[in-house]
Order: sequence, then C-alpha cells, then structure tokens
Amino acid sequence: MNIKVVALSVSLLSLGMAGAVQAAESFSGSGSTAIQPVLTKWAATYKENTGVEINYGGGGSGQGIKDIKAGQVAFGATDKPLTSEELRKDHLIQFPAIIIGIAPIVNLPGVEPGQMVLDGKVLADIYLGKITKWNDPAIVALNKQMKLPDLDITVVHRSDGSGTTFNFADYLSKVSPEWKQKVGADTAISWPVGTGGKGNQGVASFVQKIVGSIGYVEQAYAVENKLAYTRMINAAGKVVMPDMKTFQAAAANANYGKAEDFYLILTDQKGAQSWPITATTWVMLRDDAPKATNEGVVKFFRWSLTSPKAQQEAEQLAYVPLPSSTVKQIEGYWKSKLGL
Amino acid sequence: MLASSSGSPRPSVGDIFFRSLAGFAALFVLLVLFGVAVALLWRSLPAFQHFGWSFLWTGTWDPVRDLFGGWIPIAGTLISSAIALLIAVPLAYGVALFVTSLAPAWLGRPVGSAIELLAAIPSIIYGMWGLFVFAPLFAKAEPWISAHIGTLPYLGVLFRGPPMGIGMLTAGLILAIMVLPFIASIMRDVFAVVPPMLKESAYALGATPWEVQRHVVLAYTRSAVLGGIFLGLGRALGETMAVTFVIGNAHQLSSSLLKPGNSIAALLANEFAEASSPLYQSSLLALGFILFVMTLVILILARLLLWRLETAQGKAGL
Repeated sequence: MNIKVVALSVSLLSLGMAGAVQAAESFSGSGSTAIQPVLTKWAATYKENTGVEINYGGGGSGQGIKDIKAGQVAFGATDKPLTSEELRKDHLIQFPAIIIGIAPIVNLPGVEPGQMVLDGKVLADIYLGKITKWNDPAIVALNKQMKLPDLDITVVHRSDGSGTTFNFADYLSKVSPEWKQKVGADTAISWPVGTGGKGNQGVASFVQKIVGSIGYVEQAYAVENKLAYTRMINAAGKVVMPDMKTFQAAAANANYGKAEDFYLILTDQKGAQSWPITATTWVMLRDDAPKATNEGVVKFFRWSLTSPKAQQEAEQLAYVPLPSSTVKQIEGYWKSKLGL
Repeated sequence: MLASSSGSPRPSVGDIFFRSLAGFAALFVLLVLFGVAVALLWRSLPAFQHFGWSFLWTGTWDPVRDLFGGWIPIAGTLISSAIALLIAVPLAYGVALFVTSLAPAWLGRPVGSAIELLAAIPSIIYGMWGLFVFAPLFAKAEPWISAHIGTLPYLGVLFRGPPMGIGMLTAGLILAIMVLPFIASIMRDVFAVVPPMLKESAYALGATPWEVQRHVVLAYTRSAVLGGIFLGLGRALGETMAVTFVIGNAHQLSSSLLKPGNSIAALLANEFAEASSPLYQSSLLALGFILFVMTLVILILARLLLWRLETAQGKAGL
C-alpha cells in the first residue's frame, strides 16, 4: 500500500515536471552555417531575457530548405534565396536576417590590407584563369602606384558548398558575361582554375601560406587572420573599402520594394558607398504553421533585428545588422503575410 | 563429475540461446552490409538513370548546370591510394623486419608499440598536421623537386607544378603514414610466428639473412602479408578527413602530382551539406556507392588472391 502511494506520487511528480518543461516555449531551426554563430548567440541572450528557447541546428542551407519544406522545424535559414514561385508552392515565406560582407584577399610580398584595388572584370578574369600573372596590365592599370611582381597567381576558392561561393559567383556573373555563360552561380560551382579550401578558415589559411595567391572570405576572417583584403570598384565606379559602412550601404541602397519576397541578392548594388560583394542570409517560415509557432519565431527575429543588444552582439561577431529601413520593410512583410 | 560432463547428448537451453545469439550477430552484420548497399544504390539510382554508364568516365562536375560525372574523384581516389601503398608497403616491411629479426628486444618492442600508436591518432589530427605542419615544409621542398625530378624524361611530368605544399602527392604521403601502422603491425605479427625451426634450418644450410627473409619468412607469410596490404588499401580508399585537408579539392585531374586534385570521400565531405538539387545529391550518393563497390571488389580480389596462393602453397608444400 505504502509503496503504491510512493510510486503514484513519484509518477505524478514526473508528470508535473514534464508539463513544466513543455510549458517553456521552444522553437527549432536549421540551415545556413554562415548565420549559425550569431543565431546561437542571439538565442542564448533571448533565452536569458524571455525564457524562450531557440534551438538552431545548422547543417547547411540545403538542410534548412529540406527541413522547413518537410515542416520539421519552425524556421529554416538559407544563403541562397528561394524564388517566389517555389515559396508559394511549399507555403513558405522568407526575409533577410543579417548581412555578411565578402572580400577578396591576396598574399603578395609587401601588400597591406586595403591597399590593392580590383574590379569585377579583373576578378572574374583571374578566376576564369585568363589573368595568370600579378603584373598583368589589367591589374597594373588599377594599381598604378604599386610595384607588382612577375608572379603566378594561385587561385583559391571554397571546396565545400557555401553561400559565400554563391554570392561571390553571383557577383562575377553580374559583371562578366563570360563568367555567367561558362560558370554561373551556385553554392558549389565548376571552378575553371584553382585550389579548394574547406570553409572560410580553409581559404584563409591557404592564402596565408601561398605567396601569390588570391581568395575570397567573409571579411571577418580576413581581419582575424590579418590578410590583405582588397578594395573594389563598385557599380557606381567608386573605389570602396570593405567595412560595416559599405556593407550596410549595399543593403540600404537595395530596392527591396520591387523584389517580391526579398528575392534580391545584394551583390553589385547601386550607390556610391555600396560594397559590391555583399550577402544576406534569409530566414524561411511556413505560412501554414500553427499561429503560436510563427508568433514565437517572429517575436524572436523582431527582437534580433531591432534590439540594440542583439545588434551589438552581431557586430561583435563581425556580422552587419540590417539597416533600419530594411527592417521596416521586413516588419511590413510579416504583417501582410502572417498578420503578425 | 556427472554434472560437468561436456559430451551431453541433449543441448541445454543455454547452448541453444548462445547459438542463436551468435548466429544473430553474424546475420546482423550481413543485414547491415546489405542494407547499406541497397540504400546507397536506391538513392543513387536517379543519377545512374540520368547519366548512364558514362557517369563513370565523365569528368564534368557542374552543380550550376546539374551535370555530373565521377571520373575525376574516382581517379583521384585510386591515385592517392596507389601513392600511399607505394610508400607504405616498403616502409612497413622494413619496420616489421627490423622489429622481428634485426633489432634487440629492448629496441624492437618500443618501436613496435610506437607504430601501433600511429594507428590510434584520429584522422582529423593527421589532416591538421598535414595542412599546418607538413604542407608548408613540403612547399619548401617542391621547387627542388620540380627543378630536379621534374626535368627527368617521362617521369618528370608527374613532378612539375607550383609550390603549394598541397595536392595529390601530399595526400598520398599523409595516407602512407596513416596506413603504415596497419600494414606494419600485421607484417610484424606474422613474421613473429614463423617457426624458428624453419629459419634455423635455412641458416644451417648456409643461407644469408636476406635469403632467409626472402625465401623462408616471406614465403611462409605471403598470404597474410598480402592481406595486410589490402587492409591498408581499403583504409586509404575511404579516408576522408585527412585527405580533404591536403588534397587541394580542385575538380581537375592534372598530369602533375604536385597539383591539387580530389577524391570521392573528400568530395562527399565537402559538398554534401549544401547539395540542394535532387540530381546533385543523387550524384554524390552515386559516388558513395561506387566507393563502396570499389572497396568490395578489392576485398574480393584479395580473398581470391589469398585463396589461390594458399592452394598453390599447399601443393608446393606437399
């Protein structure tokens, strides 16, 4: 008799605890690894403040798209946007959540960060294998004050499928018809020349080691590894330095008003201040998900995009927060698509 | 006394239970193997149907246009593994010979254990060591290799290239270090069990140490030595992490071993996470299936070779 009572109370107690665990809200997401560090940081702070748990599993953009289509997660994240058609077919909506700046990096004796200038055409020709020497007239013409060596160019690219590659290749497609026709843009592409490094870190470490090499990484990795990032000539014909200001300018100058579902890749945007190889990561939600789920997720992203604390955390991790004009447009989008 | 009689005609419940448990364990392995093969084949079918047999010898790998062929990674896998064996087998033989018959016991035992320790190092450590330590050093040696070996007729083509420190040859060298302990420890174990009587008889007949090694020890252990080599080959074919770090991950097949290339396992590790189109994924899985078949074929060949050697040996012995 006694034992039964104890057993009953234990099971009741455990039931109660399970109930308590479930009562704490929790939402899960998966996808892009590019946004993972900042999302994880945001989630930790958000949980401290609100008690709501956001679990982000990473796994790559492909995984995120697959999972949200299957309805296995509350949100997915991707470095490559889906078309409106595809979104509608699977009951999805998407909006940008963070800006990432991508910069070419070079390893040449005596060349300092931000010293060399490149433009899209030259960058494309280097990656097409048409420009093979550092003292090629096309590079010299952009860098008249520099003494460029008669050295072979070693091209370094990403070996893994990545949003960085997608945006880099998208930029080259926009500025070089030959690149567009021969190579195109995707998370992994058929590289005409070069060596592949795994991840931003892999590319950075190859460029660090190989004299005469050129690569492209998220700007944060260039700064962290003290690599010589280059300046670029943007769509307006102005020479710009890769930094938070020029990355944000690219987003602020982007005409999201005309782009349905934020299907707008930030590379080669207009504006005198815009950095030409700017990228965003998109978050995808299901418009047919339970209202409570979307409400919870949107609340989290509203906090991420607007609170000064979240912005500051993003900047500490070398991400660039979206400009407030873009955030307003996203809030309008939530209202019209989800009524939130 | 009676209770412990082992020749009991009726099998006890425990015996039956143990028998079925062992049988189930054996069946389980077969089921898993079969399951893996079927699942891989099933998911790679779209790629095989779309590209046909030409998937095996087409070198295009263009995710943008959804055109895939497996030739470059297949060739890269075979080449890097061949380099690994070419280096590891003589080394392993030397190590095993030294440890079992040349070294004094106080030296042989530690050397043998050190070789086994090599096998305990996780492959990602080999990869990082290869990329951060070995590759920069090797890059310094490469201009010399290009200038001296690269100028030789015929063979020279293989050793010309930019001094990057990473590429097919580096991958082969790292793989050689990784498979060395597997081959060496098997060789050492089988060399150690050659009956001393045989060796001493040969010495008594006036054979030199080399002749004893060649005609007695190696002849006696031939099949096991081959088995060890194939074990190493199997490991080299499928090694992923270390190779990904140092092979260069370029989707091209160059005449020079100093240039970057790709292997099946490295390509899968690199591209699987972000492969979004169904045909792309299926092509990656198809490569996985091909790697599976390659390993299986090599194991079967090894079995056949061993079996032939054993029967030949049996006849000769009698």
